[in-house]
Amino acid sequence: MNFAVLQFPASNCDQDALHVVRNVLGHSGRLLWHKEHSLAGFDAVIIPGGFSYGDYLRTGAIARFSPIMQAVQAFAAQGGPVLGICNGFQILCEAGLLPGALIRNRSLQFRCEHVFLKTASREGPFTRQIPEGKLLRLPIAHGEGCYFADDATLEQLQAGRQILWQYVNAAGEPSDQANPNGSLQNIAGVCNLARNVAGLMPHPERASEPLLGCADGRLIFESLISWLQTKLAAAA
Amino acid sequence: MKAKIIVTPKKAVLDPQGKTVANALEQMGYKGIGDVHVGKYLEIELPAGDRESWRKQLDEACHKILSNPVIEDYQLEIEP
Repeated sequence: MNFAVLQFPASNCDQDALHVVRNVLGHSGRLLWHKEHSLAGFDAVIIPGGFSYGDYLRTGAIARFSPIMQAVQAFAAQGGPVLGICNGFQILCEAGLLPGALIRNRSLQFRCEHVFLKTASREGPFTRQIPEGKLLRLPIAHGEGCYFADDATLEQLQAGRQILWQYVNAAGEPSDQANPNGSLQNIAGVCNLARNVAGLMPHPERASEPLLGCADGRLIFESLISWLQTKLAAAA
Repeated sequence: MKAKIIVTPKKAVLDPQGKTVANALEQMGYKGIGDVHVGKYLEIELPAGDRESWRKQLDEACHKILSNPVIEDYQLEIEP
């Protein structure tokens, strides 16, 4: 599979994401500067973490108007899988490709720690390889990861089973103590109704090798690869 | 001409900054104040011209980029 890893001014997890694609998973990938216009030849898009455009105005607000994001809109509309991680999640929400918004952590603190995630839906490209009931242990590092959406949107997310991951404690319960940023319903990641666009605040690319203390993040990338392989086989 | 834009968090949205400022004011002895909302203020310099046309354009810009309608409200004023 061929992955595009987008690169904005002040992206800082782009190299990590590319490293996982190439060296950990053994697939091909390329960094794509934000001024590029085309995603031709790519099977999937990763929008990595960082502080694109210095987080000026709002996180992700300026990045969403980059030329490459217009290509991402078209790619997503055609069903292409797009995964936004941390700042990538914020950009996808600003772009309207995902519902809701990410605002300042309730504590006002930048939180940098490991969290447990429960996978709330195993449908779609990003969660299918995660064993039923398995909690993912992933790092977070953000100041603006508090997921907000109005009540009507939250109901739609529930109805569409679009909540993919929730912050939980070690027993798998979505408690207040396990919520690092005040996200409504402990939401750590969501997808669109078509399920091909997803975003999450935790960093799977920083936890895809045992050497780094945890390899749970790899399951998310492996889910995507498995989904792409199934799609290709069906098209053949 | 000059456009003045005030962006504030929607009432339903958690505003931890506002809350923290309110707590600080309370602790400093300013008793009895209500909720505090922390927002943004933008000033945009405009060349002299058609005020209504600028209003239309900036209203669009407020919607598209200067505010996020999911979490924020805005007020737009254009001064001569």
